[in-house]
Amino acid sequence: MIAVENVSKTYGGQTALAATSLDFAEGKTTVLIGPSGCGKSTLLRIIVGLITPDAGRVALDGQEMTPASAERLRHGIGYVIQDGGLFPHLTAERNVTLLARFLGRPNGEMEGRVKELADLVQLPRESLARFPANLSGGQRQRVGLMRALMLDPKLLLLDEPLGALDPITRYELQTQLKEIFERLGKTVILVTHDMGEAAYFATGEIVLMQSGKIVQRGSLDDLLERPAQPYVSQFIRAQRSPLADVPEVPSA
Amino acid sequence: MKKSDMKESRRINSPLGSLGLIVGLRGQGSCPYPRTLGVLAGSGEFIRRLSFSLLLCLLTVSASAAPTLTVGSKRFPESEILGEILTQTANKTGETQAMHRLGLGNTGIVFAALKTGSIDLYPEYVGTISQELLKDKGQPSLDEMNRQLAPMGLAAGVPLGFNDGYGLAMREDEAQKLGIKTLSDLARHPDLKLGLSQEFLKRADGWEGLKAAYGLPFGTPQGFDHGAAYRALAGGQTDVADVYTTDAEIQQYRLRVLDDDGRYFPSYDALLLYRKDLPRRLPKTWAAFQALRGKISAPLMIAMNAEVNISHKSAPAVAADFLAGRVTAGQRATASRTSFWSVLAAPDFWPATWQHLFLVFVSLALSILAGIPLGIWAARSRPAAGPVLSTVGLIQTIPSLALLAFLIPLVNQIGTVPTIIALFLYSLLPIVRNTYTGLTDISPALRESALALGLPAGARLRLIELPLAARAILAGIKTSAVINVGTATIAAFIGAGGYGNRINEGLQTNNNDLLLAGAIPAAALALLVQWAFDLLDRAVVPAGLRAAPPR
Repeated sequence: MIAVENVSKTYGGQTALAATSLDFAEGKTTVLIGPSGCGKSTLLRIIVGLITPDAGRVALDGQEMTPASAERLRHGIGYVIQDGGLFPHLTAERNVTLLARFLGRPNGEMEGRVKELADLVQLPRESLARFPANLSGGQRQRVGLMRALMLDPKLLLLDEPLGALDPITRYELQTQLKEIFERLGKTVILVTHDMGEAAYFATGEIVLMQSGKIVQRGSLDDLLERPAQPYVSQFIRAQRSPLADVPEVPSA
Repeated sequence: MKKSDMKESRRINSPLGSLGLIVGLRGQGSCPYPRTLGVLAGSGEFIRRLSFSLLLCLLTVSASAAPTLTVGSKRFPESEILGEILTQTANKTGETQAMHRLGLGNTGIVFAALKTGSIDLYPEYVGTISQELLKDKGQPSLDEMNRQLAPMGLAAGVPLGFNDGYGLAMREDEAQKLGIKTLSDLARHPDLKLGLSQEFLKRADGWEGLKAAYGLPFGTPQGFDHGAAYRALAGGQTDVADVYTTDAEIQQYRLRVLDDDGRYFPSYDALLLYRKDLPRRLPKTWAAFQALRGKISAPLMIAMNAEVNISHKSAPAVAADFLAGRVTAGQRATASRTSFWSVLAAPDFWPATWQHLFLVFVSLALSILAGIPLGIWAARSRPAAGPVLSTVGLIQTIPSLALLAFLIPLVNQIGTVPTIIALFLYSLLPIVRNTYTGLTDISPALRESALALGLPAGARLRLIELPLAARAILAGIKTSAVINVGTATIAAFIGAGGYGNRINEGLQTNNNDLLLAGAIPAAALALLVQWAFDLLDRAVVPAGLRAAPPR
């Protein structure tokens, strides 16, 4: 459903993304991974139309993303950034319903959907009336996810969604997010620089990028067992936790 | 500096002096004067009075086009008294409805008002016409001046009978004792102590020229402030001081002005400067003006100046006394004592307040309407940002009197309209800049979040960007409003009223009570406006932007 064909982007002679083509498995979670500046966020932002590529095209369900079509196509995309990207002047609920209100959706329908989503992301109802400044980082991220899911988009894009959270909250949210993705069966593209997170979320391919190019795409096994370049192993090794050998405490 | 400019600035200090005072007062303390607000907010009365004053202002503006006679005068007592004499004289003929536009800024502004037809005539001095208005270095005759004025549709005539120029004065008793009548006589008394004003000492055609012309045997004396020079002379510390020949102090301190027998000082004979069509348009009135020729001697003018400056009588009252023959040369003026509170609460308090509020808020409303869109434009369009911001910044650097003098011929009238335009232009910078800054300071993450939601540009601006910038924009509006309250005091210079009238008159007549009766309400109003905007901040700025972060 999403086709990325030969898109590229340079900034003042600096290649942010070399000509790249990619397809994404429907209903699966694809992870874009790589070090800072490798082009993974650029690629994601090209898909949602925040960046116009120098060349190539992005099509969603056969419709090309152009400045003219962007607004309409974005209504079918949920986009979540680090720390939720919530508007500080609106309550959590207003953040979630902003677009639906603008599109004139009936109040009753919106209320029902907000309750449903709050339950889904396990956000306490009373938090909905709070302003973002009065929510915890984890709650802000949950609200950000609710906002992205409000119109029930087919495609969900997440740009380092858990980057700003403390390890415990992060761990908890990873678990919940994976459950949510599995339950909703949406096509998800997640950007991260954490190999553990990538391995945990990926139900589709893991796409490893470096310097604006795709180095290898495939399953975790492919990357571990059949690295396309020495860089792949190097990247995975560099990510390994010093505590990797500590046995996991069985959870309740 | 031209002589008449100096003459006026010496009498009223500088126009900026009054503004400085307000700024100074404004800076002190933060008491929000709740009691005053209570009065202001007093129910429907406020609205009724406001709409009345709106109407009044509009009428005043349109009245300048009606076929009446409008007399102008500059902002010092002598000019105002003469303007009143002309106005009352005209009204007595029954031929016309005359009105008096008093307190007009400086020579440039009153001359512009005459050229544009906002006024029909005003009292002027020969030396000012030749040197300042015609830029004629010599001492042209009246005929020669009229030849130069004719192409502008103007004429000068009807000398009133006195000269208000430079002179040297001594105590009457001392002069009598020494037998000094003329400036030449001074040369025979090298032991006299001179106390001259700084300005007179500095001017090339002042002390040095005078000394050379009469061969005076004095060294260069100490310079004094003008008022101090008078006090030193009266107290006997000095024997000779420079004066203007119709200063009230001449009578007050019983001084003798020495005759300029060598014709050193240029003539500053008072006469009428008028639009050439006036004699034809209002022949009876013109005949009545002609009858004033030579009727006001220097001692009479001094007596009238003293009535205003020392007795604090109003110019209209003094003019009426003169026309009724009740002013006599040499009459002793007595300082009248009225309490500050009665000056403050004089009947012109509410009209001045409404005029002031009208000027401030009409201009502010216009700046908001123009400034926010300009700020949005500058924030949206990179090529527009530089020119827009530097243009509004540049406007701010234009001195207020210069801007007014420039606007009068442009809109072809004086009073409310050019004042509102000037205040509007001055208010733009804080509003445009804060709108621009407020919008460009929004984090890219929030901007992109709005974009990624699929909201169109107009909705992003309305639902996201303007609310996020609201606090900055409101702060800009508040700054403009507070500055406007101070700047609006200049309105009095071009006849638009407000508290500036009192400040002006107070400065003109050396009346500190009157000056403070204008400056204190202006300062209180500035504080009040600031306070009102702080309240508004709570209503306008979204609660989420004030919400405390957790912990």
